Amino acid sequence: MGIDRRDFLKMAGASAILAIGGLTIVEDITKDIAQASEFTPESGAITAGKWAMVIDVAKFKTEDDYKRVINACNSIHNIPVIDDPKSEVKWIWTDSFEHTFPEQQEEVHMKESLKEMPFLLLCNHCEHPPCVRVCPTKATFKRSDGIVMQDMHRCIGCRFCMAGCPYGSRSFNWTDPRPHIKEENPDYPTRMKGVVEKCTFCTERLAEGLEPACVEASNGAMVFGDITDANSEIRKVLNEAYTIRRKPELGTGPKVYYVMGGADNA
Amino acid sequence: MYNGGKIILGIVIFLALAAYPFFGDIGKANVTPEPNLDTPEIRKLEEKKCVEPEEFMKAEHMSLLNKWRDLAVRDETTVYVASDGDRYKISLQNTCMRCHSNKKEFCDKCHEYTGVKPYCWDCHLAPKEGK
Repeated sequence: MGIDRRDFLKMAGASAILAIGGLTIVEDITKDIAQASEFTPESGAITAGKWAMVIDVAKFKTEDDYKRVINACNSIHNIPVIDDPKSEVKWIWTDSFEHTFPEQQEEVHMKESLKEMPFLLLCNHCEHPPCVRVCPTKATFKRSDGIVMQDMHRCIGCRFCMAGCPYGSRSFNWTDPRPHIKEENPDYPTRMKGVVEKCTFCTERLAEGLEPACVEASNGAMVFGDITDANSEIRKVLNEAYTIRRKPELGTGPKVYYVMGGADNA
Repeated sequence: MYNGGKIILGIVIFLALAAYPFFGDIGKANVTPEPNLDTPEIRKLEEKKCVEPEEFMKAEHMSLLNKWRDLAVRDETTVYVASDGDRYKISLQNTCMRCHSNKKEFCDKCHEYTGVKPYCWDCHLAPKEGK
């Protein structure tokens, strides 16, 4: 014998009420977990409206000056040393004047000797970062303080960002980087095969109130600060010295400035 | 029935193979893994507690870690305020693994038992265990 229509409707109604009741209980439980805790930024952190960097080209005199700065970054960020330029990983590196400022060959009035020197390059943490626009997973994104950050957990290794970046600031891990890391820093993660990485302006150090590692190792040749704060040191340096940026004509708004040291013979 | 003997033999062999996981384990005790909490760092703690209560950590550590990673990487937040008001640095390598410096005995034991393969360690460095 089957159930009649009235019984069926009664049962359906009762089970619907039970189901709704059950759902709210589950919701309450998950809410409790979410409310169990809260999150705050670190109290000792240094913050800024927009972080920017100035590199005083003339203060880099010897090969060691570059090496010291580059090694400071490489060692704390577990950056692999791979000699093959096709698969190398670099956060901060050097290149020639010609390659660094291809459209500014004529307009820069500086000592000829400086043009022969290598220039220190890193991610420009652009105001309008093309890498962020092209990333299909939002693995790379711009933080509120202007730092262009990379979330390795979300990177699928499509390398659109590498095609988008006009500065060559991004490196792809073609192989497992771990065998190529000289000495692992246990406080910082490595990366894995198949993700893109780049300079982060040392967000992990800023959170602890420290300046980026390269700035610290540069002995004053690099200045880091809040470009939105008119009283900051970086603004003073930018007021006093003639600076240029890499490929400003592209409209990306790079935030790494180069003091060209041309003031005395411009 | 054509080839009756072969078919029956085949069925018997198939059933034996298919049922092997069941009778193969008969008599073996099903030991639940106990993660080892005995590390030098934990021994030094005056009050032996994790960031959240044990029951919560057992059931929810994966969602907490997931939340932590988004907070630290994406939301510029580096301090976790626990339900009891204590503050912790949000970091797998520098907070979790500083106490639980025995990844093999702590993490891997249960993960292997349950067949879970977290990909944390593709990038994050596991603590150097005394060998």
